[in-house]
Amino acid sequence: MADPMRIRAQMAGDKATVRVLMNHEMETGLRKDAAGKVIPAWFIQEVTAQLNGKPVLSAQWGMSVSKNPFLQFSIKGAKAGDKVAVNWKDNKGDTRTDEATVS
Amino acid sequence: MKIIRLIAAALTLTVTVSAYPQKSAADGIAEYRKMLEDGNPAELFEAKGEDIWKTSRGPKKATLQKCDLGLGPGAVKGAWVQMPRWFADTGRVQDLESRLLTCMETLQGFNAAEIANTGFDKGEQATLAALSAWISSESKGQKMALPQGHAEERRFYELGKRAFFFRGGPMDFSCASCHGEEGKRIRLQDLPNLTKNPGNGIGFAAWPAYRVSSGEMWSMQRRLNDCYRQQRFPYPGFASDLTVALGVYMGVNAMGAESIAPALKR
Amino acid sequence: MLNRRELLSHSAKVAALLATTGLLPQVAHAAYNAAAFEVKTMAELVKMLGGSAPTESKDVTITGPDIAENGAVVPVGVSTALPGVKRLLVLVEKNPNVMSAMFEVSDAVDANFSTRVKMGQSSNVYAVAMMGDGKVLFAQKEVKVTLGGCGG
Repeated sequence: MADPMRIRAQMAGDKATVRVLMNHEMETGLRKDAAGKVIPAWFIQEVTAQLNGKPVLSAQWGMSVSKNPFLQFSIKGAKAGDKVAVNWKDNKGDTRTDEATVS
Repeated sequence: MKIIRLIAAALTLTVTVSAYPQKSAADGIAEYRKMLEDGNPAELFEAKGEDIWKTSRGPKKATLQKCDLGLGPGAVKGAWVQMPRWFADTGRVQDLESRLLTCMETLQGFNAAEIANTGFDKGEQATLAALSAWISSESKGQKMALPQGHAEERRFYELGKRAFFFRGGPMDFSCASCHGEEGKRIRLQDLPNLTKNPGNGIGFAAWPAYRVSSGEMWSMQRRLNDCYRQQRFPYPGFASDLTVALGVYMGVNAMGAESIAPALKR
Repeated sequence: MLNRRELLSHSAKVAALLATTGLLPQVAHAAYNAAAFEVKTMAELVKMLGGSAPTESKDVTITGPDIAENGAVVPVGVSTALPGVKRLLVLVEKNPNVMSAMFEVSDAVDANFSTRVKMGQSSNVYAVAMMGDGKVLFAQKEVKVTLGGCGG
């Protein structure tokens, strides 16, 4: 199971700014190791987020998103105390979900 | 006469063109670093490190919560900016990584020598990198305040100074070759002068750090290792007296500088 | 006073009603479009995604540094204030595959996303907005990538 994400969700006006740091190698599949063998592609492909259980974000990523990815987005109509959940799924089928409370 | 006037005119043109203000490469880099300030992947390692500190591990199945980093067992806040320092129980001047090895061995039963010989980022070295990130974060914003009250702490300062200026290896480099003067740079990298306080969040006050070029969390020991690699020197050994002495030299020189660790680096 | 079970069933009914009226935020969630991430040019990509020929627009914004100290981590932001935008894409012209990320724009979020991408070399970076009416608008910015001081 992958290491936890770090999620910060803060109110700014009537929206919640969400900043996420994810633990992931994001291996492109284009690199070779010291022995000359290709290091297999391993990267997050799908990212979704929910506000109090309701879907608010859906994104697809390729292998050129940086290692230990950062993501920032803004949810409308959120308020302090709401729960923001972020999930990702990578090309190997691994997933991770973490939650934060809007402050 | 005519030629002189022509040359004068050409020179005036050149001067006018170069006087036009342009954003320097240094400004561009500063802007790039600012954009990455919010959301430093080092935070992922801080979280890992805090978790590890509180987890029962090793043959003795114990946590690190009784580890003394100089401010008493378990006291982590403010400890980073007072290291390296003298420790009575080991009778040595130790930096953070050296001290963590002591604690991992005495409290948890790990083999310190084995960990010292492990490659960076592998096995328990990864543990040390994460602990480094968290422990330094617990001193974030505080000023470097290494103690020099003990004779050994002062001896290590002098040893570190000698090491800093010692030239050797195929390029005949010393630390001072790059970090011994004001205003030096390599390509677009400004090189801080580490023989004195280079300012808040610079040099010794900017490590450990997350290295974006490799996506790795680098402890101070790893940073020193890389300095030696760049000088084409063999590495003096993980948490060796020599590397600790260099830490004392640079850390004492940086007295009063604000620590920004864990930082974000190229 | 409604008890908990009644409250939950009541909210479920309300939610179902809202869903049918389209008042709940709808977020398109298609299967992963692997082919789109293997395309080499913006023109091909937009065609594959069913948009018309892209045109440059001041109403789309791409933010990023002028110089990236290291191509492994380049902060990029894509946004637009235009109503009717369905998707925002991040493209790096000279990368082996041109698209880095694709964001669905729902009613629940601002059309404003930031992330960090890998750039193999200095290149133009694009924010592409795919509109509900099929129009495709973009903004571009040149980002220079340097190798840091000691090449490591």
